Amino acid sequence: MINKLWFYMIVIAVAFAATGKKLEVLTEEMFSSLSAAVELGIGLLGGMMLWCGILKVAEKSGLVDKISDFIRPLMKLLFREIPSKSAAMGAMIMNITSNMLGLGNAATPMGLKAMQELQRLNPKKDTASNAMCLFLVVNAAPIQLLPATVLSLRASSGSVNPGIIIIPAVISSFAAVSAGVIACKLLEKTNGGRR
Amino acid sequence: MSFIIPVIILLILVYGYLKGVKVYDVFIEGAREGLVITFKILPYIGAMLLGVGMLRSSGGLDFMLYILRPLTRAAGIPEEVMPLIIMKPLSGSGALGILADILRRSGADSFAGVLASIVMSSTETIFYTITVYFGSVGIKNIRHTLAAAVIADVTGLVAAVLLCRFILFR
Repeated sequence: MINKLWFYMIVIAVAFAATGKKLEVLTEEMFSSLSAAVELGIGLLGGMMLWCGILKVAEKSGLVDKISDFIRPLMKLLFREIPSKSAAMGAMIMNITSNMLGLGNAATPMGLKAMQELQRLNPKKDTASNAMCLFLVVNAAPIQLLPATVLSLRASSGSVNPGIIIIPAVISSFAAVSAGVIACKLLEKTNGGRR
Repeated sequence: MSFIIPVIILLILVYGYLKGVKVYDVFIEGAREGLVITFKILPYIGAMLLGVGMLRSSGGLDFMLYILRPLTRAAGIPEEVMPLIIMKPLSGSGALGILADILRRSGADSFAGVLASIVMSSTETIFYTITVYFGSVGIKNIRHTLAAAVIADVTGLVAAVLLCRFILFR
């Protein structure tokens, strides 16, 4: 999908520039946007060192597990049909905790593991179970306590207060995830297209 | 709100120190990973800054935003943020590139810059996640997943706009 999108962005740009006689501006922009990317990357290096270093401390100190303990009861409530001691539940909790701390690298493998375990509990192998749909929706609106990349990007773009977005982001993702869960619970009652 | 980042860092380090973590060594280990991640995402940011930059300087972006104008006006969303809202569900790294573009042009502390940062940190790349996660176990019928995920995404966006408009930028 992204391949097509990017390709058409370039094609449309060249087409517009050619018809609007802006090809010179376009050529200039091509090189200036890439050098902007390099400048940005240099700024980003600093912020990412800071946040990834701090997050590593959080991971090693067991803070990540503390957060897991905090969300476990919530997960039990949401996923009633999944046994709370099962591997599926464990993987889901790990995935969501990693997402909350913006540890994307750790989140995806755990998420895929969770899907495998949920598939094992799924009676119809080509159709998503209620738990799978809900897990994906919860995953689609992660409550990020530390959006490290965004914070670094803001700092390197000269923000005087990069952290101003943290609390609003937590609130809006909480709103998103609540709406998603409610929608899921309502739609699964209508059987949500189960064949 | 300027206390928030130092406080978070201090809390994490104090907790780690009390738990007997070698905070300096571990920080170095993590910072090294941060460097690797930055190098990994930089080509994505570059590609997207190139695409968006070309689209903008050619007049193509203005045209698209012109078409979307009734929608953005009605929702109270600054036009600059629209490309991010469109890209976010499709590609996380693509969206990061667009966020970089918005922060560079509108300023990180402008209304558009703050809203874009909140949108970027509060929603996920739903189409990508759905494709990869369901694809990995061979699910064909995803039932109501997409509908519910889109509802979540739109709710998050509305909440972000409201927070920006009525709390952060009164």
